Amino acid sequence: MRPVIQVSAVRKTYGSTVAVDEVSFEVNDGEIFGLIGPNGAGKTTTMECIEGLRTPDRGAISVLGLDPFNDVYKLQERIGVQLQQAQLQKRIKVWEAVDLWASLYQKNAIDGERLLEQLGLIDKRNAWFMTLSGGQKQRLFIVLALINNPEVVFLDELTTGLDPQSRRAIWDLVSDIRERGKTVFLTTHLMEEAERLCDRVAIIEHGRIIDIDRPENLVNRHCPERTIVLATDDRTAEERFRAIPRVEAVICSDSQFTIRGRGDDLVTAVIHCLSENRIRVTDFRTILPNLEDVFIKLTGHSIRD
Amino acid sequence: MMLRGLWKLTWIELKIFLREPLGAFGTIVIPVLVFIVAGRVLGRGLAPSALAASSFISVGLPVLASVLIAVSAVLSLVTIISIYREGGILKRLRATPLRPQTILTAHVLAKLLLTAATLALMVLAGKRYYPVGVHAPLFGFTIALLISTWSILSIGFLIASIVPTARFAQPIGAFILYPMIAVSGLFAPVESLPPSLHAVARVVPLTYAVSLLEGIWKGDPWSAHMGDVAALAVVFIVCTALSAKVFRWE
Repeated sequence: MRPVIQVSAVRKTYGSTVAVDEVSFEVNDGEIFGLIGPNGAGKTTTMECIEGLRTPDRGAISVLGLDPFNDVYKLQERIGVQLQQAQLQKRIKVWEAVDLWASLYQKNAIDGERLLEQLGLIDKRNAWFMTLSGGQKQRLFIVLALINNPEVVFLDELTTGLDPQSRRAIWDLVSDIRERGKTVFLTTHLMEEAERLCDRVAIIEHGRIIDIDRPENLVNRHCPERTIVLATDDRTAEERFRAIPRVEAVICSDSQFTIRGRGDDLVTAVIHCLSENRIRVTDFRTILPNLEDVFIKLTGHSIRD
Repeated sequence: MMLRGLWKLTWIELKIFLREPLGAFGTIVIPVLVFIVAGRVLGRGLAPSALAASSFISVGLPVLASVLIAVSAVLSLVTIISIYREGGILKRLRATPLRPQTILTAHVLAKLLLTAATLALMVLAGKRYYPVGVHAPLFGFTIALLISTWSILSIGFLIASIVPTARFAQPIGAFILYPMIAVSGLFAPVESLPPSLHAVARVVPLTYAVSLLEGIWKGDPWSAHMGDVAALAVVFIVCTALSAKVFRWE
C-alpha cells in the first residue's frame, strides 16, 4: 500500500534558527499518526510544510501523490486542516462559517447541518464565533476541517487549553474520524492524548525525529522496566522478593515494598512468589511505563520542561 | 466556483461589519449626519444668491464627504486586514483552496458596497434637506467615487501589508492618509498652495481623486478627466503589485 504522506529529509530554517532538520517519515492510509514533542520542537512547522502553508528549504514531501508546494490548491481540495490557535471573524455565526467553507471547495461539500449535529453544535448554529467556549470553537474547527469530506485530516494541538472533559469528548470525535476511513495526522504535546489516539507516533525534539513506532512498541523498546508496589507485614518477604529472577531492586520502607525489574513476566513472577509463600498483602499495584517515560528516557527531560 | 466563494465571503464580511458596535453607525450614519448638519449650518446665514455662489457648499462639501467616506473605508480595511492577520483568520482562510486575491477582493467589494450605500443615503438626504438644489450627474459621480475608492483602497492594501500589528494599523493609516487630504486640493485649489507643496500634491493619489470627483460633480465630461482616471489606475496597479510582494499572511 502506498503511504498517504511521504516526508523525506525535510529541513526548514527561520533565519539562523533550524526549525526542523532531516525529518523523514511516512503516514499510511487510514491510520492516526501523531507527531509528539514539546513546544518549539518543530511539530507545527513540519505539519505546515506538509499542508503547503510553508516551503521547506530542503527535502521532498508528497501528500496523496501531490507536491504541497506546486499543487497546493489541488491538495487543499482533498485535505482538511485545523490550525493551532486559529480564530474566525468574531461576529461570524456558526452556520455562516460552515456555509462559507462549504462554498470554497470544488467538489460537493458534505451536509454541514449534519456535521454540526454530530459534533454537538446544532444548538449553537446562530451563535457568534466570539461567544463560543474553547471546546465549542475547537469542535467548529473540526467541522470546518471535515466539510469537504477530506481524505487526510490535519489536527494541530487540537485539545491544548481545553478542560479534561472537553478533551475526552474531542478524542472520541477524532477516533470517529478514523472510523470514517480517513487518515489523521495530528500533533500534540500531551502524551496521554498520543497514547489514547495514535496508531503510530513520531517523537520529535529540537527539529529532529528521535523514534517512530506504535506507542506500545516504543514503551517496550525504551522502557522495559516494570515496577510493583505492595504492602505486607511479612518479615520474610524481602528475602523472597530478592530471589525472584529478573528483579533488579527491592526497596523497603516500613511495610511498603517497591520491586523493580524488567520484562512482562515480572508481575506474574511476583504474584507467583506471593501465593507460593502465602505472603499476605494489603496493597498491590503495578506501575507501567508510558510514553511520558519514553520521552524522558530519550531526551533526558520531561515534555513539559 | 471561486465566484461562489467570493460572493459568500463578501456577503458575510458585510454582515459581520454591520454587526460591529460602531459598524453601520460609524461608516454610514455619521457621514450622512455630518453632511446634513454642515449643509444646514453653513447654508443658514446666506441669501439664496450667495448660497448658489458658495462653491464650498455646492461642490466642496459633497466631494469632501465623499473623500472622507473613501478614506474611512480604507482605514477600516487596513484595520480589518491586520486584525485578521493577527488573529490567524487570514492563515485559516489560506489553508482552504481560496486564492489570496479572492480574500482581498471580497473585502474591497464589501467596502465599495458600503461606500455606494452611504453615497446613496447622502443623495437622498441631500434632496430632502440640503439647501442647494443638486443638479450633479449622480450616476457619473458614483462611478467616479468607486474608481477613486478602489484606487485609494490599494494604498490601504500596501499599508495593511506593512503595518506590524493591528494596534498600529489605524493610526499609521490615518497618519499617511489625512495629510494627503490636506494637499489634495480639497480645501484650497492646488494652484494656491505654496510651490513646495505642488510637487507633493502631484504625487499624492488623492489629488487626482479630488480633481475627478469635483470635475464630474460640476458636470465636466469624462474626457476632461481621463488623466485623473489614468493616474488613479497607475496608483492601483503599483500599490497592488507592491503589496502582493510584501503581503504577510501571518
